Amino acid sequence: MATVEVTFTPLPAHVRTARLVAAAVARRSGVDEALLNEVRLAVGEACSRAVEAHQRHCPAEPVTIEMTDQGERFVVVVSDHAPAAAGANGNGAGPRGLVEVAHEEDGGMIPAGFGLAVISGLADDVHVSSTSAGVSVRMSWPSAITA
Amino acid sequence: MDLKLGHYNKDGIEVVDVEGEIDVYTAPRLRELLIDLVNKNNYQLVVNMEKVEFLDSTGLGVLVGGLKRVRAHDGSLDLVCTQERILKIFRITGLTKVFGIHETVDLAIAAKKLEK
Repeated sequence: MATVEVTFTPLPAHVRTARLVAAAVARRSGVDEALLNEVRLAVGEACSRAVEAHQRHCPAEPVTIEMTDQGERFVVVVSDHAPAAAGANGNGAGPRGLVEVAHEEDGGMIPAGFGLAVISGLADDVHVSSTSAGVSVRMSWPSAITA
Repeated sequence: MDLKLGHYNKDGIEVVDVEGEIDVYTAPRLRELLIDLVNKNNYQLVVNMEKVEFLDSTGLGVLVGGLKRVRAHDGSLDLVCTQERILKIFRITGLTKVFGIHETVDLAIAAKKLEK
């Protein structure tokens, strides 16, 4: 089992770097080329969500991505550290961070949880956990090490 | 790859050329351009995404926001896209039913003229 961990300052500019790293590690772990675009997009969505949560609640704290090659699965966990209590922002739609607010300036036509809905459509295995320490999005894809 | 934006008018329809990656970092620039075009009374828009290499939900939000703005003036916003990896995110989110998606700019413009 090999793990690559990346932490980055919660700035939108770093999300691209994060998804490129994830795609590179996925390729190294033997994830099929056809799935790499899905890894890139799903990790980007999870990182965007985390960056937005941090910018609202704890901009000094870094976002963490943990990428693990578990043999038959390539697992990515994107964790934010925004306090769960901050979720009491009036929408009451579940754990803080699971409510996407990034698009509110576009008139609210993009519904809450849109980013996570995209992730669910891209990874066949998605788990979202919310604790007082923050929200973690765990995604995995099949991998096949041939080297 | 950064985001490159350009636009031109063809047959009374404003065509926006987008090249590169539309994500949480770059999407605000596209949003500003669409708002600027609408503020200048351009309500018939075609966004050419043939050279878009990456699109996430932030980018989708900007496109939906643009659509809402032009519809407020009885306009429309259509897309040009044939790339499967970009079309996939529209399918996942159900937005293929919201946008007119065409294979070429000329076909998009022709479709808009039929709508009028």
